[in-house]
Amino acid sequence: MTIKDIFQSMDYGPAPENAGDALAWIIDQGARFGHFIDGDWTAATDDFLSQNPANGETLAKLSQATPEDVDAAVAAARKAQGKWAKLGGHARARYLYAIARLLQKHARLFAVLETLDNGKPIRESRDIDVPLAQRHFYYHAGMADLMQSDLPDREPLGVCGQIIPWNFPLLMLAWKIAPALAMGNTAVLKPAEQTSLTALLFADICQQAGLPKGVVNIVTGDGPVGEKIVAHPDIDKIAFTGSTEVGRKIRTATAGSGKALTLELGGKSPFIVFDDADIDSAIEGLVDAIWFNQGEVCCAGSRLLVQEGIADRFHRKLKARMDRLRLGNPLDKCIDVGALIDATQRARISDMVDACTEGETYRADVDMPVEGHFYPPTLITGLSPSAPLMQEEIFGPVLVSATFRTPTEAVALANNTRYGLAASVWSENINLALGIAPQLAAGVVWINGSNMFDAAAGFGGLRESGFGREGGWEGLAAYTKPKGKTKPLAPVEGFKGKGAPDDALDRTAKLYIGGKQARPDGGYSRAVYGRNGNLLGQAPLANRKDLRNAVEAARGAKGWSAMSGHQRAQVLYYIAENLSARSGEFASRINAMTGGRSGAKEVEASLRRLFTAAAWADKYDGQVHGVPIRGVALAVKEPVGVIAALCPDDASLLGLVSVMAPAIAMGNRVILAASEPFPLAATDFYQVLETSDVPGGVVNILTGAHKDLATPMAGHLDIDAVWSFSSTDLSASIEHESAGKLKRTWVNNASARDWSNDHTRAFLEASTEVKNIWIPYGE
Amino acid sequence: MTATRISDTTQHLPQTLEARNPGMPLDLDWVRRAAANTSAIERRVAALPGRRSVKKDHQAAWLCKAISCIDLTTLSGDDTPGRVARLCAKARHPVRPDLLAALGMEGLTVGAVCVYHEMIAPAVSALQGSGLPVAAVSTGFPAGLSPFNLRLAEIGASVDAGASEIDIVISRRHVLTGDWQALYDEVRAFREACGNAHIKTILATGELGSLRNVARASLVCMMAGADFIKTSTGKESVNATLPVSLVMIRAIRDYFDRTGHRVGYKPAGGISKAKDALIYLSLIKEELGHRWLQPDLFRFGASSLLGDIERQLEHHVTGQYSASYRHPIG
Repeated sequence: MTIKDIFQSMDYGPAPENAGDALAWIIDQGARFGHFIDGDWTAATDDFLSQNPANGETLAKLSQATPEDVDAAVAAARKAQGKWAKLGGHARARYLYAIARLLQKHARLFAVLETLDNGKPIRESRDIDVPLAQRHFYYHAGMADLMQSDLPDREPLGVCGQIIPWNFPLLMLAWKIAPALAMGNTAVLKPAEQTSLTALLFADICQQAGLPKGVVNIVTGDGPVGEKIVAHPDIDKIAFTGSTEVGRKIRTATAGSGKALTLELGGKSPFIVFDDADIDSAIEGLVDAIWFNQGEVCCAGSRLLVQEGIADRFHRKLKARMDRLRLGNPLDKCIDVGALIDATQRARISDMVDACTEGETYRADVDMPVEGHFYPPTLITGLSPSAPLMQEEIFGPVLVSATFRTPTEAVALANNTRYGLAASVWSENINLALGIAPQLAAGVVWINGSNMFDAAAGFGGLRESGFGREGGWEGLAAYTKPKGKTKPLAPVEGFKGKGAPDDALDRTAKLYIGGKQARPDGGYSRAVYGRNGNLLGQAPLANRKDLRNAVEAARGAKGWSAMSGHQRAQVLYYIAENLSARSGEFASRINAMTGGRSGAKEVEASLRRLFTAAAWADKYDGQVHGVPIRGVALAVKEPVGVIAALCPDDASLLGLVSVMAPAIAMGNRVILAASEPFPLAATDFYQVLETSDVPGGVVNILTGAHKDLATPMAGHLDIDAVWSFSSTDLSASIEHESAGKLKRTWVNNASARDWSNDHTRAFLEASTEVKNIWIPYGE
Repeated sequence: MTATRISDTTQHLPQTLEARNPGMPLDLDWVRRAAANTSAIERRVAALPGRRSVKKDHQAAWLCKAISCIDLTTLSGDDTPGRVARLCAKARHPVRPDLLAALGMEGLTVGAVCVYHEMIAPAVSALQGSGLPVAAVSTGFPAGLSPFNLRLAEIGASVDAGASEIDIVISRRHVLTGDWQALYDEVRAFREACGNAHIKTILATGELGSLRNVARASLVCMMAGADFIKTSTGKESVNATLPVSLVMIRAIRDYFDRTGHRVGYKPAGGISKAKDALIYLSLIKEELGHRWLQPDLFRFGASSLLGDIERQLEHHVTGQYSASYRHPIG
């Protein structure tokens, strides 16, 4: 083709990035890799191949880690951890800074290698993945420095097992390793078997940075290697990014192990366009939302919700934009959509789309490469909410679309999903956009934008999108724990007896559900005796139907979450006022049940807890993160929702109040299973609630056997979090049962808590979810 | 008649002809609905250079395309017939003949020459036989605050003097006060005065305060019958930018979708590097499509851009980085 021909056609022509240096690096390593354990490479065992998804060429031979390899990696990490933590934040900061610098110095090598291994366009690996990975190490170098001064009560978890997916291999590595190392943990990381190369190059960088051996260990291989890590008894924390299906298995496998767990899973994130939006910009936002990384993005804006009046025009413009996307050689600098990770993924996407019988499917009119795993950008319009493709994650370049009429309907459709990772809202009306954001079930909301990321802003989801945040101050909670040693939990039992009541006038303790006293569904009660065997009262035995009723009542009390912190504080103070008026009675009740004399002290401490929670109700502020845009990322603390808790057995009033007060102060509605041996303080307490303007359904009190309530609580799909402080160790069964909905759990793992100490901070943290709302601005 | 003029100016192209934009009644609903989200627009243009790239022969061809779309401009108080003659010579032969021969692009010229009214006659005479049109800035350029009747008269005088394209300036105050009817009426009147000459409406986007105003003013000018919408006079403190360009060409696209009429686009001022020109061309290609990559629908208003392109073309031909003194000045 002559220059004159091109002058007429104005084609882009090929603009390939040179892969020479990256291929040379692979060859320099022998094109075969072992594992990076304890600062050194194991012998390569050539078990599987790493292939370029754009052309099927083999890049290198990789090794499948044996159980012994994983043991060796964990042992190395364990050995290194104490010293690494003792080095201090500043010394760790220097290492993290060196890693960031080295990532920058070898930026193009990382980018090209990533594109070769993963198939993503070089534009993205070069301009997005690698710079964000660098940024994560710079940011967390700073966090390492600040740990001592600004997180004085936190300490590292220990050895972290980290399992990452193939869609952002280096970036997910950075998201996992940087905060772990900053906080003094050591890591055993397994990259996805499809994309191990940048992790192996990263190991090379760790050596160049002089990182102490054993601090970072990389083992390669597929699922069984991950399972071995998850099950390893000497790992303290598992961090996983990947599919919801595997996340559920990990939750089940780690149940009761005491391991900390964060999961960043799938999504079906809504992309909401109101009729006053800048439509062309919204369409460009969609390109970044669903055709970024071939749509293989957990937070892809894959569900377009567009206001009915502009839908036709929007779809027409969108189709025209799709036709201008360029598919092809990911190393070409002019390519928008690269290759899918492998044939399996392509077949999966293709099967899902082919199985769709509803709506209208539009495939972009683009030139398709003849080889490699490519799939055309696809739009499916006119789907009903029940269509499988409106509900299931496709994880490919396929956008589904539906329309809405009103803002309320937009929110209802947006939240009509099992997931809750991210959301985009497009409107030029600040009132509308900022009004919608808090209503969306998502960990991240982008106003007039999509797929914005930064180390300073936490990322992570709700519902079946997992739990935990990565990035920002909020992300450090996932790699630290409160300082201090814990004591094992002793079972607490009440007295046995046969006697008659001291007071002949019968008082019937009931359950407290939806602001009303309710008899138990099962019609059974249990006698509660004092020290001398006299009958103190009968406590009802709640069953799963009583729990169901309590959940419905709690779900219905959503007005509580919308109330201002000030209003909630007023209610908490009022509870304290009314409890104080009856303090003598409560003290006697506690003394009678426990046979002790600490009742008055416990009531006094309960009053303090109520005051503390009331104090925090309007002060547990979010943050404005310093993200690199003209705009803000608001880290808003939102209530978790409906929390079910097994209250402490030992401190029958103080324990219940310590659990309840911070939770409702933050706007949650709670279902409290009272102290099992000493339930009568709780059943007296509902009279206090009844007189204190607590709206019905905000606090629900059940009595009965913790072990009978734990499983239905953990399994109930409309409960958002389950906590257990019971002296019966139910940690394993709660965590196991919670896997279905990937519910947040907070269990005691059979360790005791001294309720005479104030734990309000920890409860505030567990009572809130951080939602990052990105608000770019400027006219 | 119009068609003849266009095909004359670009005889080295397989020129497609466009009917002139007749305009339409002012549609205030459409104007007020126009939205332009600044942050999103900035993100789009910031990402574009990383998304599109042309190399080697393609780059050379694209740079030749840029040359063919240049309105080679001199708008200085000290312009003289001699200076304008030199500029016109450069317009006829924008690139050293040996380089054009090496590229196989003999006969390449710029799109037009752009001057003040007093320089039209010298320009027309210097361009005799080249087929290159002369564009004149008009209507009290650059501020546009001289008496309305004089501004109209100035257009007539420039057309009479031989200008076939008139670059008018709009009254910014109509935009800033939201008086869209006044803006519409003004541009309508200017278009009438232009007769068969094409009208380019200069929005002076650097003085309009917001991208939303740019979008609205673009629509009103097109509704009033603009053949081209143009960013700037080159005299504002901020002239052509990519965000402004994106807003204006999206307005052109919407106007085409609605009316079927293609309006041209001219970014002016501040585009001085070959690399910038490539980014502009890719922006046009991406947002408006290939049809707009012709001098009848796209122009660069530029004075120093050509010099940088010449150096890049010599580099393409010889493999060596060039120096400015090796290329004849305009």
